[in-house]
Amino acid sequence: MENPVIDLKGLTKCYGSLKAVDDLNLKVEKGEIFGLLGPNGAGKTTTILMMLGLTEPTSGKALVCGIDATTNPILVKRKVGYMPDSVGFYENMTALENLVYTGKLNGIPGNEAHRRSLDLLDLVGLGDSANKRTSVFSRGMKQRLGLAEVLIKRPEVIILDEPTLGIDPAGVKEFLDLIRQLSREQGLTVLLSSHHLHQVQMVCDRVGIFAAGKMQMEGNIHKLSQALFAEDSYSVSITVREPLPASWEYSDELRDIRDVRGLRISENLVQIACASDVTPDIVRFFVAKGLDVMGVHKREFGLDEIYQKYFDNNLIENNAHEKSRSIFKRYIHKK
Amino acid sequence: MPMKSLAAFSKGTSIKSDPGANPVTTFRVVVDKEVTDHIRSWRLILLLALLALTFFGALYVSLSNIKSVVSNAQDPDSTFLYLKLLTSTDGTMPPFHVFLNFLGPLLGIALGFDAINSEQNNGTLIRLMAQPVYRDNLILAKFVSALILVGTLFFTLVLLMIGAGLCITGVLIEPVEVLRIFTFTILAVVYVGFWLSLSILFSIAFKQTATSALAAIGVWLFFTVFYQIVVNLVMAAFIPRHTIQTEADLVGYNEVMLNILRLAPSQLFSDATTTLLMPSVRSLGPMTMEQMAGAIPSPLPFTESLMVVWPQVSGLLAATFLCFAYSYYLFMRREIRS
Repeated sequence: MENPVIDLKGLTKCYGSLKAVDDLNLKVEKGEIFGLLGPNGAGKTTTILMMLGLTEPTSGKALVCGIDATTNPILVKRKVGYMPDSVGFYENMTALENLVYTGKLNGIPGNEAHRRSLDLLDLVGLGDSANKRTSVFSRGMKQRLGLAEVLIKRPEVIILDEPTLGIDPAGVKEFLDLIRQLSREQGLTVLLSSHHLHQVQMVCDRVGIFAAGKMQMEGNIHKLSQALFAEDSYSVSITVREPLPASWEYSDELRDIRDVRGLRISENLVQIACASDVTPDIVRFFVAKGLDVMGVHKREFGLDEIYQKYFDNNLIENNAHEKSRSIFKRYIHKK
Repeated sequence: MPMKSLAAFSKGTSIKSDPGANPVTTFRVVVDKEVTDHIRSWRLILLLALLALTFFGALYVSLSNIKSVVSNAQDPDSTFLYLKLLTSTDGTMPPFHVFLNFLGPLLGIALGFDAINSEQNNGTLIRLMAQPVYRDNLILAKFVSALILVGTLFFTLVLLMIGAGLCITGVLIEPVEVLRIFTFTILAVVYVGFWLSLSILFSIAFKQTATSALAAIGVWLFFTVFYQIVVNLVMAAFIPRHTIQTEADLVGYNEVMLNILRLAPSQLFSDATTTLLMPSVRSLGPMTMEQMAGAIPSPLPFTESLMVVWPQVSGLLAATFLCFAYSYYLFMRREIRS
């Protein structure tokens, strides 16, 4: 990474005694799609705001396209398109007027802004609603309009904060495909934050897992899953016709198969964790024992597991669970 | 609604965004948009109706009364027909400039109380701030756009008044009168500007539009209704009546009292307008008999009147700038989140 487009150096932001972002270092290359993944309140939005100079870091530097975002936010904002997590538009203006306004604010002359706006509205699938007021827009439509607005200034970098929020599943796929296409064809650098694992998995080249203000891990999905689950990175689930007893007679024999690390039996589902892909051996084993195999499902560990590994053991969350349980108990007892 | 192919965008992206967007053009873009917004809004229509109603009401009363006022030889201002149109009344209704003392703040507050916080609540502020727009340009544009409307409105009304006066009385207007009336109009715009900047300040300071409106109206009510009462009470407590023995004491007492009252912008405005619209007013404080002796009750020339009101005008301007500076201070380094 010779010339990273986004370069965060020791970025820290404190709100009083709370450290929202803690000594964050991150580099994103040109043309890359980077996913910032983390639970609510992890500091994702704060990080993004600092990249745009919308809030000042307590210490550290945020360089975007080589420009310091804190001291020179206007230059950064010319190159960066940003879509906030809850986009709002001027409700008494039409979609087209909203877009043209943004275009003009970026120094695009009126005619050109108008032409570009119409093109972009078509691109995001809002061509028919160009002259509707944004007050009648649904959340998903606003999100699409938000993307059009980000693109009107022809940015070098786009930063999307929870971009898929409120879009239906089919729309999400289109949206992410579009982002990927833009990045590939136009060389756009994309940074998107989300807590939707699958979407991030679908579109991002690289992922950073962000929790409690710190970057816990960074890299592509494959690398992450290897690093985390070096031992058992495959999981095979076998469904049989008849439910199995909890103390199954063949379980020890199954465990002896090469690279099988563990298994869990629940009724007629057997889950087997293994270090290498030994699915054929396992199936053969079941067949040899005369069991009716109804289904076999193999999967590589995805972000879900990675995510869980990080956040399920989260102390704060545990406390929250504890608390809600005790409140629940009290409530039940009163009744 | 399926998304379409990328062809449209590719065609567009071949040219990169114009990096030379300078702050002046963005400022103009924001002003244009704000003025359009105001003109389209119900709020302005209501305010316009209210203002037009009082203006024509006041004009009607003074026109029906103008004959007796102008023929009153005792009054040194009786030759200024058009000034009389703005100031005379038969007692059923206050004259226009006094009305403006109440309405001006309302106009300023109504146009500014939700300038920033409504954008923040709608989620448009963060979008706007993500564009290459200077923050100070945004507040300045909000201020200027409202002031453009107010200015246009006032000048229209005043020109209408002069036109109506010409048609109905057939008396030619003196250049001095034009000068005085226009200065009065500018003063009224400055006065509204003060309240506008105050309400924009509140719109930055408070997150809820209702709170900022209430705060601004609270300040307005305090100065129009309670301030005088409070000053009277406090003065009476500090300087009891029986300590005032001589005439000099009384004059001094009144002087102090008036100066404290002048902390209220409405007092400054009424001082200034009275002097401008009634040329025979030569001092705004109490005058002793010695000072009055030998003075011929005649109208002052325009420049003299202007000299008398100069402190008031600078006071109003200073208050406006103070509000504005504080708005800048609050807004410039604030974190903006949706």
